[in-house]
Amino acid sequence: MTTKLKEVDVVIVGMGWTGGIMAKELSDAGLTVVGLERGAPRSDAGFSVPMIRDELRYAVRNELFMDVSRDTLTFRNRPAERALPMRKLGSFLPGEGVGGAGVHWNGQTYRLSPHDHALRSRVEERYGKSFIPQDMQLADWPMSYAELEPFYDKFEYMAGISGKAGNIAGRIQEGGNPFEGPRAREYPNPPLKPSLASEMFTETTKKLGYHPFPRPAANMSRPYTNPDGIKLGECQYCGFCENFGCEANAKASPHITVIPAALRNRNFSLKPHAWVTRVNLAPDGKRATGVSYTSVLTGEEFEQPANLVILCAYGLGNVHLMLLSGIGKPYDPVSDTGTVGKGYCYQVATVVQAFFDDRIFNPFMGAGSLGVVIDDFNGDNFDHGPVGYIGGASIYSASLGGRPINQRAVPPGTPRWGTEWKKATAHWYNRTLQMSVQGSNMASRYNYLDLDPTYRNAFGLPLMRMTYNFTDNDEKLSAHLTTVAHDIARAMGPTHLGPRTPRRAPYSIVPYQSTHNTGGAIAGHDPGKSALNRYLQSWDVPNVFVMGASAFPHNSGYNPTGAVGALTYWAADAIRTKYLKDPGPLLHT
Amino acid sequence: MADIARRDLLTMAGVVGVGVAIPVAPATAEAAPKDKVQDGPAANASARCYQFFDLNEVAFIEAFVDHLIPADELSPSGTELGVTIYIDRQLAGAWGRGARMYLLGPWPAGTSQQGYQLPLAPADLYRSAIRAVEAHCEAVHGGSFDRLQPAQRQQIMLALSDGSLRLQQIPAQVFFDMAYANVMEGLFADPIYGGNKDKRGWRLVGFPGVMAAHAENIERFRGEPYLVEPLGIADLS
Ligand SMILES: Cc1cc2nc3c(=O)[nH]c(=O)nc-3n(C[C@H](O)[C@H](O)[C@H](O)COP(=O)(O)OP(=O)(O)OC[C@H]3O[C@@H](n4cnc5c(N)ncnc54)[C@H](O)[C@@H]3O)c2cc1C
Ligand code: SF4
Repeated sequence: MTTKLKEVDVVIVGMGWTGGIMAKELSDAGLTVVGLERGAPRSDAGFSVPMIRDELRYAVRNELFMDVSRDTLTFRNRPAERALPMRKLGSFLPGEGVGGAGVHWNGQTYRLSPHDHALRSRVEERYGKSFIPQDMQLADWPMSYAELEPFYDKFEYMAGISGKAGNIAGRIQEGGNPFEGPRAREYPNPPLKPSLASEMFTETTKKLGYHPFPRPAANMSRPYTNPDGIKLGECQYCGFCENFGCEANAKASPHITVIPAALRNRNFSLKPHAWVTRVNLAPDGKRATGVSYTSVLTGEEFEQPANLVILCAYGLGNVHLMLLSGIGKPYDPVSDTGTVGKGYCYQVATVVQAFFDDRIFNPFMGAGSLGVVIDDFNGDNFDHGPVGYIGGASIYSASLGGRPINQRAVPPGTPRWGTEWKKATAHWYNRTLQMSVQGSNMASRYNYLDLDPTYRNAFGLPLMRMTYNFTDNDEKLSAHLTTVAHDIARAMGPTHLGPRTPRRAPYSIVPYQSTHNTGGAIAGHDPGKSALNRYLQSWDVPNVFVMGASAFPHNSGYNPTGAVGALTYWAADAIRTKYLKDPGPLLHT
Repeated sequence: MADIARRDLLTMAGVVGVGVAIPVAPATAEAAPKDKVQDGPAANASARCYQFFDLNEVAFIEAFVDHLIPADELSPSGTELGVTIYIDRQLAGAWGRGARMYLLGPWPAGTSQQGYQLPLAPADLYRSAIRAVEAHCEAVHGGSFDRLQPAQRQQIMLALSDGSLRLQQIPAQVFFDMAYANVMEGLFADPIYGGNKDKRGWRLVGFPGVMAAHAENIERFRGEPYLVEPLGIADLS
C-alpha cells in the first residue's frame, strides 16, 4: 500500500517562506533535500493580467488560501465550551500551494524590538514582578535581538525590503524609526512613494510629537536584484496585493525568490500535491525516521525516510503535525504541564476611519505595505505604569487598495441600503482615510491548541482544536491604543470620524483580523516550559526542527514575517555550523 | 393559487413589459456616462434566465435585491444591473453547493463567535430561508414578499438584518448577512460574473477596474481625481 522512498538527508514539510529558505540554505550546504507541499505548483501565467485583478475570486472566495473542506480547525473561547469547526475561512487565512502565504501576503516586514526579545526581564525590571497578570505566561525569547540582527539583515536583503533605517549601528537616522534596534546597514531599497493618506498621517503625527516612518515593504520601490541573483520588478501600486499574487514580480515571495534559487541545486527536489499526515518516530520516540504523505492527486501513500525533518507548515500546521505525531508532550492548561500547543497567541487589531469632504485619496492606487507607521506606542517604547497593561501596537495609515467589494466605507449613521446608502457610498469611497492599530498579544494559560475529540479531516485525522479568548490585558491595550489612533484621526480634521471600537472579549473567529497566528511550539530556555530550544530544535526529538511563528513566546505589535525569516536563517545556520558536525541535541539540559 | 398567479405575472412581464419585477432605468446622462442599460424591459426580462431560482424565488430575490439597490438618479435597480443573475449563478455553481466549506457533522448550535454552523450549503440556505420568509409574509401580511408595501418590506428587511425576525428553523440574520454580502458582490464584482452591468457599480464609486499600473499615477494624481473609463476582465481578454 505505502511506497517507501529512498532516504534523503532532509525532508521539509511545507513550501512557504520558511520552507523555501530552508530548502535554499540546506541544499546549498550539499545535503539532499526534499520539499513536500500539500498545494499546487505555481505557473508563470498564474498571476497575469487581467485575470489576477479579480476581487471576487481572490479576495472574497479566497482562491489562494487553505481549502477548509479538507482540513480546518475547531474553535471555542473557553475550555468549558464545546469547540466547533471553522466551516469557512474568516479571522485568518492560512496559505496553500508553493510559496505558501508568502504568495499573497502584504509584505510589511519588521524586526521585533530588542525589548520583545527580552520581554519578561524587561517588564520585571521596569515595573516589578507584580505587574504581570496571574495567568500571563510571559517569557524571554531564548535569543537576543543582537544575535538575530545578521539574520534579519539577510532576510531583508534577500526580500529586497523598501524602507528607511532608523538606527544604523547606534546612530539615529532622520526619517526612520528611532525606537528600532541597531541595524548594520540601510534597507536594500528606498521607501515606496507616499500616498496622500501617508502624507497626512506623517504631518499630523509629527505635529503631535510622534515619530512617523514609512512601513518597511516587500513591495519593490525599484527594480532589484537580490544576493542570489534573483530579479524583482518595480511595484505598480496596483492595489491588488494582499490576497493576490503579484503580476509584476514586484512583491518578494518564496516562489519567485528562495524556491527557484534552491531549485538551481540538483540535490533539492520539490514535490507539490504532497500532504504530510505524520512525522514517523523510531520506537523509542526520540528520533524521527521521516514522514508519511499522501498524494492529493492520486491518493497514493508514501513514506519518505530522512535524517532530518523540518516542519515549515505554517505555525498552526506545525503544531497540528506535532500533536498528530506524538512529538513532545501536549500542553494541559489545568495542570500547566506539557509544551506542545502552549502559548498560542494572536493579535489585538482595530481599524479607525476618517472621512474628508474636501480630499481625494484614489484608494485604488496602493500597495500591500504602503503607508506610514508610528512606533511610539509599541513594545516598551512608552511608560506602561500608568496604563496598567503589557505590550503595545504599531499604529499606521494603510493605502492597500480600493477594491470595491471589500474596501468601501461610509460614515457612521449611514443606512445599510437604499438611495441614501448609495449616495454615501458614491461620495465617500474616494474620501476615506484608513488607519490600523496592530496590538501585541501575550500568552495566557487558557489560550492553547490541542486535538479535537470529535471532528476529523479528509485524511481521517483529528482536527486541531483552538481555545482562545482576549484577556483583560488585551482589552486595556485595545481601549488605550484605539483611542490614541482615534485622536490622531481627529487631529487631521476630518468631516466625519468613524466609531472608536476597541476589541473586547469574546474573540470571534468570523471577521478577518490578521493571519498572524503565533505560538503553540514555543522556543525557550527550559524544556519543561517550551517545545523548542533556541535553535528551534525540538527538545524531545532532536532531529526535528520547527520553523515559523509557532516558535514565538508572545506575539508582538508587528507583522511577524521579518522575525520568522530571521529565525529561519538563524536555525539554518545552526544546522549547518553546529548540528551537521555533531547531530543530536544542540543544547543539553 | 398565489404561486400560480405570480408565475403568470412574471411570464406576462417578459412578453408585454409590465410587472413589479421590471423597474425602469431612469439613469441620467450625468450619472451614466456610457449607459448601455437602456434596452426595453422585454429585452431585460429575456436576458434574465435563471439557473437556480424557481419562479417564486425569482419574485422574492428581485424584490429583495431591488429593495437594497433601488432604481434612482444614481443607478438602475439591482435587478437591472444583473445582481440577481449574479446571485443565481453563484448559487448554481460550486460556491452555492458548498465548495471550500467544511460541512461535516455533528452540527450543534454554537456561539456567534464560532461562526457559521448550519449543515447547509449556501444554495440550500437560500432555498429554505426564502421559503421561511415567504411563510412569514403570508402569515403576518397575507401576501408574498414582492407584493408588500415598501414600508412593510423595509420592516422585514430590518428585522432580518438584526435577527429579530423569528423564522422557522433558519436563523434570519445568518441568511441576511450572506444575501447582503452577495448583493454587494453582484454590484461590485467584475462584470464577467453577471452583475455590475456596464460597470455601473464601479462607475458609482469611481473605481477604474483592472488597469492598475499606478507607479506614476500615485504621484501625478495625488489628491486629484483620476477619471478614466473603467475596464473589466472581458475588455482586456
Ligand atoms: C492576506 C495575508 C497578508 C499577510 N501580510 C503579511 C504582512 O504584511 N507582513 C507579515 O509579516 N506577514 C504577513 N502575512 C503572514 C505571512 O504570510 C506568514 O507569516 C508567512 O507566510 C509564514 O511563513 P511560513 O513558512 O511559516 O508559512 P506559509 O508561508 O504559509 O507556508 C506554509 C506552507 O506549508 C504548507 N503545508 C501546511 N501543512 C502541510 C502539510 N501537512 N503537508 C504539506 N504541506 C503543508 C502550506 O500549504 C503552505 O504552503 C500575511 C498573511 C496573509 C494570509
Ligand atoms: S501593489 Fe505592487 S507588489 Fe503588490 S501586487 Fe501590485 S505591483 Fe505587486
